[in-house]
Amino acid sequence: MRASAAQKVDPAHATLWARHYPGHDMIGTRTFGFWLYMLTDAMVYAALFASLGVLSHVVNLAGGPSPSAFINPVYAYGETITLFLSVLIYGYSMVALKNGNHSGVIGSMFAAMLLGMVYLVIAGIDIREMFAQGIIPEASGFLSIFFTIIIYHALHIIVGVVWMLVMMIQVAREGFSANVVYRLINLRLFWHFQAVIWVFVFTFVYLQGMVV
Amino acid sequence: MLVHLQGPWTPVLGRLTLQQIPYENPILLGTFTFVAVLAIAILAATTYFGKWEYLWREWLTTVDHKKIGVMYCLLGLIMLFRGFIDALMIRTQQAIAVGHEAPGYMGAVHGYLTPFHLGQIFTAHGLIMVVFAATPLLVGIMNIIVPLQIGARDMAYPYLNALGLWLTTAGAALVMVSLFIGNFAHGGWYGFVPYFELPYSPGVGVDYWIWTFQLSAIGTSLGSINLIATIVKMRAPGMTWMRLPIFTWASLSTNLIALTSFPVLMVSLALLALDRYVGTHFYTAGMGGNLMLYSDLFWVWGHPEVYFLILPAFGMMSEIIPTFSEKPLFGYATMVIASFAIGGVSWGVWLHHFFTMAASPSVNSFYSVTTMLVGIPTGVKVFNWVFTMYRGRVRYELPMLWALLALFLLLVGGMTGMMNAFASSDYMWHNGLFVVAHFHMMVLVIAASVFGAVEYWFPKVFGFKLEQKWGKWFFWFMILGTGWTFVPMFLLGFAGMTRRLDYIPYMQWSPYLHVMLVGMVFYVLAVCFFVAHLYVSLRDRVSNRAGADAWGTGRSLEWMTHSPVPAYNYAFIPHINVLDEWAWRKENGLTELHAGDYEGIHMPKNTGIPLFLGMLFMGLGFALIWRIWWLALLCVALIVGLIILRSFDRDTDMTIPAHEVERVERGARDETPATARSAGMPGGAVTAHSALRPGTDGIGGGTTSTNPSWAPMDR
Repeated sequence: MRASAAQKVDPAHATLWARHYPGHDMIGTRTFGFWLYMLTDAMVYAALFASLGVLSHVVNLAGGPSPSAFINPVYAYGETITLFLSVLIYGYSMVALKNGNHSGVIGSMFAAMLLGMVYLVIAGIDIREMFAQGIIPEASGFLSIFFTIIIYHALHIIVGVVWMLVMMIQVAREGFSANVVYRLINLRLFWHFQAVIWVFVFTFVYLQGMVV
Repeated sequence: MLVHLQGPWTPVLGRLTLQQIPYENPILLGTFTFVAVLAIAILAATTYFGKWEYLWREWLTTVDHKKIGVMYCLLGLIMLFRGFIDALMIRTQQAIAVGHEAPGYMGAVHGYLTPFHLGQIFTAHGLIMVVFAATPLLVGIMNIIVPLQIGARDMAYPYLNALGLWLTTAGAALVMVSLFIGNFAHGGWYGFVPYFELPYSPGVGVDYWIWTFQLSAIGTSLGSINLIATIVKMRAPGMTWMRLPIFTWASLSTNLIALTSFPVLMVSLALLALDRYVGTHFYTAGMGGNLMLYSDLFWVWGHPEVYFLILPAFGMMSEIIPTFSEKPLFGYATMVIASFAIGGVSWGVWLHHFFTMAASPSVNSFYSVTTMLVGIPTGVKVFNWVFTMYRGRVRYELPMLWALLALFLLLVGGMTGMMNAFASSDYMWHNGLFVVAHFHMMVLVIAASVFGAVEYWFPKVFGFKLEQKWGKWFFWFMILGTGWTFVPMFLLGFAGMTRRLDYIPYMQWSPYLHVMLVGMVFYVLAVCFFVAHLYVSLRDRVSNRAGADAWGTGRSLEWMTHSPVPAYNYAFIPHINVLDEWAWRKENGLTELHAGDYEGIHMPKNTGIPLFLGMLFMGLGFALIWRIWWLALLCVALIVGLIILRSFDRDTDMTIPAHEVERVERGARDETPATARSAGMPGGAVTAHSALRPGTDGIGGGTTSTNPSWAPMDR
């Protein structure tokens, strides 16, 4: 009684019901949830990078090759360029969405998807060359976390590429319905997030590996 | 890339062979017979009464947050029973196997359980109680109550909600499967490395443990995303942050913990899985692995998880105590701050789970101090509850009794927790029964709050109150069982008994172990009373019917809609003016729930896809456990395919027409105990009517709104 009295709302003039309630902002709710999902994924990466920090001691090389001996900066550079370019072009796709331009969305997304595929090819060649030299996850604790991080990141790129393919079909089929628009926005978050994570992968896995 | 396995492996069946079925063990055979008979009886009854269609339409495919919550609670209760049976077996084994002259039965040297079997039992007991009993019960209650308390018509993502339920169920089902096909891990519920590595635990037990744990972790993370988004985005107009009911605050805090900590658990388990499946060296003893990495990663999840479990329990107590004291909650703002303080500190205490594992004194001191800090916000809460009752009109109805029991157990558990916080003393009793007794006190706080919450909110969900007589027997026998079981456990802890013993060499501990067995007898009787409680309540449901405000002194929003709650929760979305809106309306005579003409309500449509995804994830888990690679690949392909297929489905929403809303509302308003019927389950009748109205209004909105909530191209 005291608590409610303290809030001084006049019951005679209070609004009691929200008539003709429009419902909740669907796109805002969906994208907010996707931010939350990305927070969980960021925590996964945080745990993986913490493991990398723990497993970067010379003991964890178990007498195997040290990262400076096998990391190829040319591949890492190529991956950086393709991924960032892909994100940029995806941004143009979102500009086309704002202008209501179907073909612009699909065209830019197609280019972004192709660049994502190029990224995967480069990563694949990089990993295959390391495997061919006997640099494999089973060789040491350090290599275990090294490969886990770059393969986990590559898996995200695969998901992104498949997602773009699906979205191109959905834009073509449905146009910019609410479902399609919120998915395009979420995919934008997802794709930018991969570039952000790549900054960390590049810094802590490749650059730091080169130096250590 | 694949690791060297001990034992046979075939491409078709993986590691699965006929020898993996433990038909020679009488305990497991008996359990299997019991489960099989029960399952056949249930299936036959469903068929006989022609309930398959009802089951499919109203429950298995539902996206209604209340029904999903009820199913979560059912799952939690079933697994609570399973975990209790495990506890019973541990206690009987320890009571028998004392001294070198103790008899042995069924292949055991002492007692009736071999060390391998007992190991599986205490591992399963821990895992089940934490992630498959407590978690589903709490998540289930949050699922039901949070949207009601914030005036929403559903969760933010109803489809994801169902998916979370079925993933958790898949995990629980796999734990049950491990009883009859293969075996379970036998090294403790939180695992040890390198003991859980393939060379030392070559069987499938650890793999069961990994994948069941992983499934429940994914399910809980999805659930936490959903609940946070619901609380942030779906509040009714006028519900500002400081008008949020306290249970919703507790849910927000607890789900922030889940959101940030469960991914770490997934990583710690996934790295162990990589070690076991691919042959990496994250946690191995040689080849550059690091054992402490596992302990740290696991407990970085493990301790926040403890507060993930306790905070909703605190929230329930904070709802029950004001209602039955007929007073507002004392210190609402401090209660909110305390919830978030506990959530924040939860991230900085994990090392106290392994004070003895070679951390430097300064590190141990740091974690000692952070652990003691938890006592401050918890103390604030305890005093707030006490001051809420002070000079209130306290009614000792069942929910209140449970809340008070939780309060007393919290004192015992909290005080012993402070004792455990001293790193120096922890060296004395690390892995001892004192610690075990402490955390059982804390999980009993959760159990007591959950039983209180079930009593408290049962009429809201089902429309009738649970009866009081057998409920009180149940309550008092739970107290007897708790006292007789855990007081001797504390004493044995002081005497130096360590946990997880399959054989006790000291005869002088025997009396305590037998007293604990008496406690277990009380618990068994309590379970019987609980069943009687449910049965009698169900039988007398017509005479126990409850109105919207079932206890007469409800304060928050959920008491402002009918009991049982219709599918759409609120025919009219309330506009919130104050904290404790319903109490304020009652004080000012504004209790009329009919606000004018009804309008159609836009709601999500049922879908079977979450159920199928749950089944496929269960198949994937089973395939990975037994290393049946073709099945694993097939399940992954089907999961991806199904998710993409669902994204093309445009027929996902429906509108409950205004006349249907009116019919349900009239039924609920005119209802008297004699004619009581309406929807036997919340809003059972309304799902059949659907009319697709694509892209006109937001989910949960009315169809007559002049202001569509989104317009993609207007930005």
